[in-house]
Amino acid sequence: MAEQYPIIVLLVLLFGALFVGLAGMADRRVCFPLTMTALVLAVMVSVGILQRVISGGVIRYFVGGWSRPVGIGIELRIDTINALVLLTITTVGLLTALFSFRRVQEDKTEKTPLFYVLYLLLIMGLSGMVITGDAFNLYVLLEVSSLTSYALIAMGKSRRAAVAAFSYIIMGTIGASFYLLGVGYLYLRTGTLNMMEIHQAILALDGPSSTIVVAFVLILVGLMIKMAFFPLFGWLPNAYSYCPSSTSCVVAPLMTKVGVYVMVRMMLTVFGTEWVFENLQYTQWMVGIAVLAILAGSVMALAQVELKKMFCYLIVAEVGYMVGGAWMANHWGMVGTIYHIMGDAFMTLCMFLAAGIFVKQAGVVRIDQLDGMFRKMPWTMAGFVVGALAMIGIPPTCGFFSKLYLIRGGMESGHWGYVMALLISSLVNAVLFFRIFEIAYFGKKPAEGHGHHVDHSEESVIKEARPSALIPLLATAVIIVLLGLFNSNLVELIERSLQGSEVIGTRALSSKGGLG
Amino acid sequence: MKWVGLIAVIFTGGLLLSAMDDFPNWGDAHSPANASPVSQYYIEKTIEDSGVPNMVTAVLADYRGYDTMFETVVVLIAGIAIMAILRVMNGVPGGARPSPAHEIGDQHDIIIGTTCRLLIPVLQLFALYVIAHGHHSPGGGFQGGVILGASFILTAIAKGLDPALERLPEKRYVKLAFVGVVIYSGFGVACLLLGENFLDYGVLQVLLPTIDAAEARSHSMLGVEVGVAFTVSAIMFAIYANLASKGELEGGL
Amino acid sequence: MSEITSQYLIDHFNFWVAVVLMMIGLYAMITKNNLIKKLIGMSIFQTAIILFYVSAGVKEGATIPILEHHVAETEQVEAGEHAEGHSTTKASSSHEVHAINPDDYSNPLPHVLMLTAIVVGVATLGVALAVSQVIYKNYGTLEEDEILAKIKAAENDG
Repeated sequence: MAEQYPIIVLLVLLFGALFVGLAGMADRRVCFPLTMTALVLAVMVSVGILQRVISGGVIRYFVGGWSRPVGIGIELRIDTINALVLLTITTVGLLTALFSFRRVQEDKTEKTPLFYVLYLLLIMGLSGMVITGDAFNLYVLLEVSSLTSYALIAMGKSRRAAVAAFSYIIMGTIGASFYLLGVGYLYLRTGTLNMMEIHQAILALDGPSSTIVVAFVLILVGLMIKMAFFPLFGWLPNAYSYCPSSTSCVVAPLMTKVGVYVMVRMMLTVFGTEWVFENLQYTQWMVGIAVLAILAGSVMALAQVELKKMFCYLIVAEVGYMVGGAWMANHWGMVGTIYHIMGDAFMTLCMFLAAGIFVKQAGVVRIDQLDGMFRKMPWTMAGFVVGALAMIGIPPTCGFFSKLYLIRGGMESGHWGYVMALLISSLVNAVLFFRIFEIAYFGKKPAEGHGHHVDHSEESVIKEARPSALIPLLATAVIIVLLGLFNSNLVELIERSLQGSEVIGTRALSSKGGLG
Repeated sequence: MKWVGLIAVIFTGGLLLSAMDDFPNWGDAHSPANASPVSQYYIEKTIEDSGVPNMVTAVLADYRGYDTMFETVVVLIAGIAIMAILRVMNGVPGGARPSPAHEIGDQHDIIIGTTCRLLIPVLQLFALYVIAHGHHSPGGGFQGGVILGASFILTAIAKGLDPALERLPEKRYVKLAFVGVVIYSGFGVACLLLGENFLDYGVLQVLLPTIDAAEARSHSMLGVEVGVAFTVSAIMFAIYANLASKGELEGGL
Repeated sequence: MSEITSQYLIDHFNFWVAVVLMMIGLYAMITKNNLIKKLIGMSIFQTAIILFYVSAGVKEGATIPILEHHVAETEQVEAGEHAEGHSTTKASSSHEVHAINPDDYSNPLPHVLMLTAIVVGVATLGVALAVSQVIYKNYGTLEEDEILAKIKAAENDG
């Protein structure tokens, strides 16, 4: 049984979705329990996978038993890094599903089963992307997760949701098509789709091959669109802020992070860091663009008045952190990036959960409407503060440690611009969040302008959030702190995975000064 | 915008073409892709592994059956997504409002009606043939499913959406779509329960004692193709019905 | 000159066609104002990728990747008798054993991959059409600039 875990984690989610669809049509009340059961099981199985990987090394699972010669079937390949990201995905899925209770039932009663089917399939698609060892299978699952997220975003009640979803579809399709083309170029030159086999074939090539270079650029650009990296992030803020809260809570933390993960996977396992950093000349450029991404995201976040939009631009900056860290060609940079994928998923989740609660309980959309929130919703604000401190980077939250590793990587590899950008961005986050704290704690004088009619009528109405919304938020806050406290254990796991034979082709990641 | 787009497109095109001199020639049987052990294995060993002459079906439903399962899920998602986005569910029971297009539907031309009545059974029979014969000749679940879905769409075009929905109501096609994926993944789970890896059809021979592993693979391929056809035909009709009636499932074009 | 033409154009003409079609699709996706035209561009782009893959699996002089029936039957008899453990002397002597030559059949893998890509393309197109119907219902137009103008107007009002 245990050796079947990799497929079971997907099957649990798939059958959850199928049963929700079949049974939910008859009786809507079964949707939520079924969804929760599927997600709880998925979390349990991913914990089991993580334990097995830590104790027994890489899990290779050949679907259909087609193991020889490698590459005729599809391989699922799990090392420590994917096991950690898989656990992150299923946990975020579980917490958001809990949060979506009530909300979905109040919002779109008739469409509740459809929502949960799409939701479970989204989590399944993301989990599948993370554990697969086949470049084309990754494309199929990328489309599974993209299509579900298009639909979930278009389900928003706002008039603009459809427009945001449409531009997301166009950009997402361009991104996925570029990835597909890149895989096509790789296939043309290497004749296989299995990630490890592609790596072996690239190593065996005599001399530089322009096809492989173009393939890498295509895959990279496609993923950059998917993860909203600097010049290509235009679709993200609208798509994530006009959709229902329970959608943005799962899409915002996961989609971009899985994009970064896939990029890391491509760099480590498919192309290999030696090839990436030694054969390509644009390593420096990528860190430079990442610096721009961080600065642009931070500056645009400062300019926002809407809470969710502000968080969206912070995501753009965070993606800059991770891409920059991965491209520094430095051991600590890579470790920091992988650690930050997990940490940032929970930080973003915390932000969007809090924003969802504010919208629901108090109708707050803009930052200046938050006044007096500490008094009205102390527990919600407590969770929000933990997330905010992590975004700023204050110990003992995970945000502090990931920045520590990233800065260490930047200093060792001499990317001072990146280090500066990281510090500036932390400063901007501090300004942003302390402004919110100030408004929420001390309140704002209602005398100026439009404040009048809101205040007295809503003062009495605003209550603390329901437990089904509060528990996920507080659990996320606890996870953020736990990730920070146990950072050394996690980093040890990631390091072991990077240095050992689990992830091949990491020789170029020297711990001293980047490229030798 | 136009100029930015043009520059981006020219740049991308140049990038794509820059690898041209490294590409294998057109029709080269010994290019890395065509001469790879993977491709050779499919051509040489398919008949041994499963006795299926159509290698495309064998690769689709057996070697890379995992991909195909998610492909079916993608089709399912498309249908569910369109319903989630478009379907008007305001609690009004169907038929409560007079549908304006209904009268037009009755006036459809007798030639079109008769032609469709003759054509649709043939279409559906042919669809079943394409599904069932998919591992011996070109065809399979996707192709047959689309033809089957098209026969319902033809009904809807010729006679109006309502008569088509009488034959395949919403509840039924949604159920059919889910059941299709259940059939596909059910084959995989059956293998799992019998102690082999997911979708390793060979082990299913214990269920039918007269066949060997290769035949079990061949029959299982037929089984999953039937599942694919269920989902595809249902969703094709669902897409048409929802798009044509703006999600109200009444009247139609 | 002719050598260069041959090297860059004739030997790779399938890639040229695919890339030109892709760029036509991409251009329409990026610059067209009408949402349906964008979707047409998207379809062209995806179809061109399908052409690219399938043309990569072509072998000159090879047939479709379906075994001819007599070959299939011979092999099946062989395989079956081996499996049952019978002596196969009769079968192997009476039938000329057709060894399958991989050069005779085009590469099946790109076809399979592209079946997936076709399905994904259909699914994306369907969802995109549904979304554009919703946009039309909300804004009464499918022209991008008019939609953006209406959004701006609504923002200024609110």
